[in-house]
Amino acid sequence: MYALTGFGRSRPSGLYHRSPMAEFDVDPYAGLYARRTSGMSASEVRALFAVAARPDVVSLAGGMPYVQTLSTEHVIEVVESVLAERSDVALQYGGGQGWAALRDRLAALMAEEGTQADPEDMVVTTGAQQALDLIGKVLIDPGDLVAIEAPAYVGALSAFSAYEPRFLQIELDDEGMIVDRLEEALVRGERPKFVYTVPNFHNPAGVTMSRARREHLISLCREARIPIVEDNPYGLLRFEGAPEPTLRSMDPQNVVYLGTVSKVFAPGVRVGWAIAEPGVLQRLVLAKEASDLCGSNLNMLVTERYFAGEFWRRNLDRLVDTYRRRRDVMLSALAERFPADARWTHPSGGFYVWVTLPEYFDTPSLLAAAVERRVAYVPGTAFYPDGRGSNSMRLAFSYPTEDRIEEGIRRLGELLADEQELYRSLSG
Amino acid sequence: MLAGGRSPEREVSLRSGHRVLTALQAHGYETTLLDPAEGGFVEILSAARVSACYLVLHGKEGEDGTVQRLLELLDVPYTGTPPLACELAFDKVLAKGILNAAGVRTPPWAAIQEDALRDLAAGPVLARVVERLGLPLVVKPSRAGSAMGLSFVEHERDLPQAVMNALSFSDAAVIEHKVDGPEVAAGMVGDSGPLPLVEIVPKSGVFDYAARYTPGATEYHAPARIPPEVAAACQTEAARAFRALGLRDVSRADVMIDADGCPWIVDVNVSPGMTDTSLLPMAARAAGIGFEELCDRILRLALERGGEGIEA
Repeated sequence: MYALTGFGRSRPSGLYHRSPMAEFDVDPYAGLYARRTSGMSASEVRALFAVAARPDVVSLAGGMPYVQTLSTEHVIEVVESVLAERSDVALQYGGGQGWAALRDRLAALMAEEGTQADPEDMVVTTGAQQALDLIGKVLIDPGDLVAIEAPAYVGALSAFSAYEPRFLQIELDDEGMIVDRLEEALVRGERPKFVYTVPNFHNPAGVTMSRARREHLISLCREARIPIVEDNPYGLLRFEGAPEPTLRSMDPQNVVYLGTVSKVFAPGVRVGWAIAEPGVLQRLVLAKEASDLCGSNLNMLVTERYFAGEFWRRNLDRLVDTYRRRRDVMLSALAERFPADARWTHPSGGFYVWVTLPEYFDTPSLLAAAVERRVAYVPGTAFYPDGRGSNSMRLAFSYPTEDRIEEGIRRLGELLADEQELYRSLSG
Repeated sequence: MLAGGRSPEREVSLRSGHRVLTALQAHGYETTLLDPAEGGFVEILSAARVSACYLVLHGKEGEDGTVQRLLELLDVPYTGTPPLACELAFDKVLAKGILNAAGVRTPPWAAIQEDALRDLAAGPVLARVVERLGLPLVVKPSRAGSAMGLSFVEHERDLPQAVMNALSFSDAAVIEHKVDGPEVAAGMVGDSGPLPLVEIVPKSGVFDYAARYTPGATEYHAPARIPPEVAAACQTEAARAFRALGLRDVSRADVMIDADGCPWIVDVNVSPGMTDTSLLPMAARAAGIGFEELCDRILRLALERGGEGIEA
């Protein structure tokens, strides 16, 4: 299994220096890998996350939904009824587009956010993450330009990167993507294949695109004939204020919409979807069939039945309530514990707060010291394709309890204060 | 066997651990993997009749004498270096001091402690460090492994950031003059003389964490493609380092060879990695010692100390 090839026929011998010259090929396939894997390497940050997974570490790193609000009895009931009544379908292959009754149900879920969707325009995917991969497969040729937000969802970066695009990074502020910057780039002659955005409760930035920016983006892209990929996993997790219309509802012809039940039901069922116009949709379905034939019928039927009842609304209320309280605790702990010159976003929904520290902080290496103090975050560099973001971090408030969030921010605050003191001493 | 632990090298340790476990089991040993981070391992070790403990722990607590002291208290023979020598070898500030005092060639260095910066406002001293050592420099945490927290400094203005990065991993940083030239690893198992050198050629030019643990990111040549007299000098210098630090059973020294063919010891490890991209197993292989046999040899050294009969 651990083939160390190439050392030939060296004999056991005490005369080591006479062993034949040998090249150790630790990975005999090293020369065979496709170029697109070049970014896939071992990293210190990953190694540190292995330690951060320990229970004594308060992890503000992973954006895990708090599935504990779900009633297990209810889910068991749903699964049992699916297997009792529809095992013929649940245990069989299905079509590439996904179980039709589920597509109806998901269209109804989109209507909750005011978006009209035709289930015929929908393909069910293995989480919205698969939809990102399929979009890359269908739209990106090597060297193509793709416009993303800066910072951007790390999963989109890795899904798209496999298709070897160049990225056009458009900065964000408290109103979401700074669309003027995109316009400037278009005026300069840049021609992105598509624009990828997470307009609601951005991952990692926590911000929401304002109405004016949405309108600007829609008209700009329509005129330039550049499609928009709208990724909206958190839209229903709004803590306050009125929802903004989805980009899809503003311009169905030019927006590919991605949704998921991961944040409103459970990520474990891996049910997401894409809505697109017929040309794109057909290719997405064919690409999906090429990649996994079809999604899991069992999971699709379970999801359909879960959203058929009224229970999901009660659970969503509980989730919104839980996350709102956790967000509040995190924001007030940040105000109390973080350095005065740190800045952070104030999300009105979703999972994340984005913290920007003074330039001299290096969050990737600081993570080691953080884990040592039993707290973890995601260094900002994960969310840029070009190594930027080393003075920022993403903090997730979705999973840890309020007490743990408070404790985690306290530990981080102490660390940052110590680091600041160290910097002052080093800079004389 | 102990593997895992709480250090940032936990993953590396577990990867080494599973390989060693398979090798020992294939050799007929009754072996169980315990992870000190899981807790309860002290009770398990005191309750069970353990002939010896094979240590595949890296980093703090595993390589710095902590676990070794526990095992001494529990009267369990273990592989590798005894506690005090572990403590000295794991701490690069102490290790470099000892090597230097013993006349072992190690690149000129300066150590800077976090407390000195914090409490004694020692920041301005960095300029003197550059003056004394000359650029380029290597900055590394005093107590960490796998090249974590290591940075290269070409310009003086980058030194404070490099020191801060290193101090994220440890309470002191070692600033060392960077020796340019081929890098080789010199391994030792028991008293059977030095293993062949492994030459390290990272494709990115830097033997950092990614280059160490991504298969294919680094080319290795064993024995190293260097003149025999240079190789001999490296092995001699490494052996002197092992003796000076009082290392036992198994160890690995990282050696840089300068333009004149002179070896410089840049690091010494009491718990060399045993993963599929690790250097010691490669060195052993070049000497005709397979992985199973390598693990068996190391384990026997501990069993012999325990006075146990060797049941394979």
